[in-house]
Amino acid sequence: MLAQLLQFLLAGLTVGAIYALVALGFAIIHNASHVINFAQGEFVMIGGMATVSLANSGLPLPLAIPIAVLAAAAVGVVLEKFAVEPARGASVVTLIIITIGASILLRGLATLVWDKKLHALPPFSGDQPIELAGATILPQSLWVLGVTLGIVLLLGWFFGRTLTGKAMLATAHNPLAAQLCGVNVRFVLMLSFGLSAALGAIAGILIAPITLTSWDVGVMLGLKGFAAAILGGLGSGTGAVVGGILLGIAESLGAGYISSAYKDAMAFVIILAVLFFMPSGLFGSKSAERV
Amino acid sequence: MLEVGTLTSHYGRIQALKGLDLTVREGELVALVGANGAGKTTLLRTLSGVQPASGGSIVFDGADITHERADRRVKRGIVQVPEGRQVFGPLSVEDNLRLGGYTRPRDEGDAELERVYSMFPALKERRRQAAGTLSGGQQQMLAMGRALMARPRLLLLDEPSMGLAPRLVEEIYAKVRALKQARTTIFLVDQNARAALSVADRGYVLETGRIVLAGAGRELLGNEQVKAAYLGL
Repeated sequence: MLAQLLQFLLAGLTVGAIYALVALGFAIIHNASHVINFAQGEFVMIGGMATVSLANSGLPLPLAIPIAVLAAAAVGVVLEKFAVEPARGASVVTLIIITIGASILLRGLATLVWDKKLHALPPFSGDQPIELAGATILPQSLWVLGVTLGIVLLLGWFFGRTLTGKAMLATAHNPLAAQLCGVNVRFVLMLSFGLSAALGAIAGILIAPITLTSWDVGVMLGLKGFAAAILGGLGSGTGAVVGGILLGIAESLGAGYISSAYKDAMAFVIILAVLFFMPSGLFGSKSAERV
Repeated sequence: MLEVGTLTSHYGRIQALKGLDLTVREGELVALVGANGAGKTTLLRTLSGVQPASGGSIVFDGADITHERADRRVKRGIVQVPEGRQVFGPLSVEDNLRLGGYTRPRDEGDAELERVYSMFPALKERRRQAAGTLSGGQQQMLAMGRALMARPRLLLLDEPSMGLAPRLVEEIYAKVRALKQARTTIFLVDQNARAALSVADRGYVLETGRIVLAGAGRELLGNEQVKAAYLGL
């Protein structure tokens, strides 16, 4: 009984960590530009697919992974430079529609560059389950949790301790004053897209050995990450992490105790409930912007 | 040091600056006075590069910076204290100040911070506090301190006394005088024409996007037109 609950919690925590990484990507871009980047899921897909194809071409994983992350970050920067930047001054809704267009384009390109098949990535350190108080956990889950924790700590340090991180926060709060301090806000915007894309790609790579990856894996993961970001309060880093974990655990418990058929519905029920009853989420300070 | 020639700027189709000429020389304190909507803030925004110039020229230290990016102008030493303070509310007082020194070499930060704290001791006491929790007067001090962190060669001050009690206006202007004594070049814009003109070496009067009067600060204070329009005499 207790072992079963622990099993569900561990599964929920693993997938929740992935949602948290995707949600952090949403938060960072939203802070920098007030845009909800619906191409966020595609960064997840690019991370997983690029790693698979690099690994298949003979590169060892420790080399394939950083290359795939950098490639995704480059796509993020290109998206900002050539799709978002030229539309500067357009309404936020316009910018959001641009990101939806970009996501469709990226999915299409993925089917051309790669294919429409499902791909598996080998687990980083075997697939022998580890016993834990009657429940089991895959070594890959430990990778997911460990890397996510590391990233959260790293981001905390970056935004809390470095001047560049603080300049990004300052730009989010007051772009005019940030410019008058000599912050290049266009650079901040590019950095935000690059960083978000890298986070998404890392999520996609970590989860690929557990759930497989394919050209359209980003659709669902992107929406789940968005739900997590909304639950936590859009724009809040802490909110993104807490929202992701909560959503993952809710899904896992729902699938375990109610029916696995409703697993994906959980995220959308949560989005609707949050938007109806507390539009600024758990940690959001300002009320959500109407779009 | 700063030479502005027939400068124009538009908001959409509305022309806010209609061909301005003015100069600021090294070490001078120059004041710009004018009514609401005359274009004072637009001029400062255009000088800082956060509002595009549609014509004319801005020359700083012999270099044409009319279309240069805002952050590059800060690196050159043109630093603005914007209207309404615009401090970074959720960040601490110290973080606000450090961001002011964003364009400076990192190793200068600590010495510069101490200089600013010695000028504004109230900020040092509240260094860990969120900037948004400061009073209006303290926020104005913070905005000035933040600008000083960039080691300005030309300090642009936009409405430093706006919304402050008379005692605080006095305090802010005491700081402005101290900066002038330290040979900082200052271009000051204020609706409080009396306060601004009485500290200024020279002054300009701006009306609907045009300079209509120029002269020494004292001279303008005594000018009948200025008295009637801006000093309420």
